[in-house]
Amino acid sequence: MTDLTNLTVAQIRDGHRAGDFSAVEVAEAFSANVAGAKALNAFIVETPEHALAAAKTADADRAAGTLKPLSGVPIGMKDLFCTDGVQTTAASHMLEGFVPRYESTVSQKLWDAGAGMLGKLNLDQFAMGSSNETSYFGNVISPWKRKDGGNASLAPGGSSGGSSTAIAARLCPAATGTDTGGSIRQPAAFTGISGIKPTYGRCSRWGIVAFASSLDQAGPMARDVRDCAIMLENMAGFDPKDATSLNMAVPNLEAALSSDLKGKTVGIPKEYRLEGIDPDIDAMWDAGIAMLKDAGAAVVEISLPHTKYALPAYYIIAPAEASSNLARYDGVRYGLRALPQGAGLQDMYAATRAEGFGAEVKRRIMIGTYVLSAGFYDAYYTQAQKVRTLIARDFERAFASCDVILAPTAPSAAFGLGEKMADPLSMYLNDVFAVPASLAGLPAMSVPAALNREGLPLGLQIIGKAFDEQGVLNAGLAIEERAGFTARAEKWW
Amino acid sequence: MTIDQATVRKIASLARIAISDAEAAAMEGELNGILGWVEQLGEVDVTGVEPMTAVIPNTLRLRDDVIDADPLTGGNRRDDVLANAPAAMHGFFGVPKVIE
Repeated sequence: MTDLTNLTVAQIRDGHRAGDFSAVEVAEAFSANVAGAKALNAFIVETPEHALAAAKTADADRAAGTLKPLSGVPIGMKDLFCTDGVQTTAASHMLEGFVPRYESTVSQKLWDAGAGMLGKLNLDQFAMGSSNETSYFGNVISPWKRKDGGNASLAPGGSSGGSSTAIAARLCPAATGTDTGGSIRQPAAFTGISGIKPTYGRCSRWGIVAFASSLDQAGPMARDVRDCAIMLENMAGFDPKDATSLNMAVPNLEAALSSDLKGKTVGIPKEYRLEGIDPDIDAMWDAGIAMLKDAGAAVVEISLPHTKYALPAYYIIAPAEASSNLARYDGVRYGLRALPQGAGLQDMYAATRAEGFGAEVKRRIMIGTYVLSAGFYDAYYTQAQKVRTLIARDFERAFASCDVILAPTAPSAAFGLGEKMADPLSMYLNDVFAVPASLAGLPAMSVPAALNREGLPLGLQIIGKAFDEQGVLNAGLAIEERAGFTARAEKWW
Repeated sequence: MTIDQATVRKIASLARIAISDAEAAAMEGELNGILGWVEQLGEVDVTGVEPMTAVIPNTLRLRDDVIDADPLTGGNRRDDVLANAPAAMHGFFGVPKVIE
């Protein structure tokens, strides 16, 4: 019998519908993989009972002829989404033991569509990080190893590192992610899977632990483009509880998938050709251009002149919003309380936040507090928001001459755990290609395109016009069909 | 612009985060590194450019003026609201004494 955990979301859905296997068999197979992969540390909480209950419902629904779009599909849930009755921590000590009494809109939509939950996935603390090394619950380890005979543990990317590792290691067929400045795309690229950040506002932020509200956006991660389309259809949609939710119908993304790019134009941003970049990255990019030409697209060079200012603008705006959002963690209403002997209210706040936040979270709150403080607000924050306007305008102008943009997802393959932790700046630079689309609120996805000379996956990024997830997915599909990426990490865990 | 340890302590106090002298010293270098790097934004000509307020054009909606229009975010959820409080007492959030 085929190993059910090798199946994609579409294959599970269709096979279950056809009666090839039961949903209970699928849930049990994935739960067994989850239970056997402690060495990867991808999950903070495992919920096999949730997956099993959804599977039993799926099997009953099949008998009754009332199957739903994701019936029989168990998934992983990033531990940034509040789940009713299941601990939600944002990988922080601050929220350790926090058990929400409500369900995030996105997760509720997935359960309503018939999906089951295998567990809550590890991440960088409050989604702040690019390597999953800031989690209070320990590093997630990538299933990938360099082919150099060494045994170095590699970063699964971040912040959605539990999601990327779990999918790459076949612990779940798909998972939710969130992307503030690359947190879906960069981990997808590092682990040889696909992931899409939709247009800002497509997926409701209600019930997602907030990091930087003008940037945060949920999206799916899965093994291929079709699965991303299926997942996104079932995550997106208008939500009156989120003031920035888009009041637009969700397109039938899967049905409209087409890798025929005749009549489409692909823009290649010249500012993304970084001097001194890994030649494997450039070679992959050139190969990707050839693939899209082969799919019928025309290719033009475009200019995004403010690209080099995107990262510094991001590292003002995101920390500023984080410092405001994370003010809610005060030891009063939920989460940790540290109360030193004889402490007053102010002491309690300061002690709680000192104990509950990790080093990177504190660093960003401090930066954000500084750039928003009296006397510095205009020089830093207002200036950054003006630069953000210019970055969005760059894309607007570029999209006058192209339909989608093709670029690398990250400037390198996965790096080793610990290699970048000593220098926050070098870690930030890993998101150089991902952050501009975030600042402009545009849909963007990463698809696996090649292995580098060390045998590690590299991802190509497709950035689309606002609301054009379909165009992004279609270009992604054209690459997927031509790249023929089938490599997977050898099991060592 | 560089910041010194006194400024680091002031920011920490504004952010309500207790820090030790050693942490303040370490953070001085880190924050200066990051702030020195973001300062390159100053070279961008932003004449006549409006700061971004909404990344995707959107209008503010008003919900219907109805009590408990949404059962999840409406009222009458006291026990749910207090369920995760570190020190809920008598139907309220408990805090240390604030009147000296």
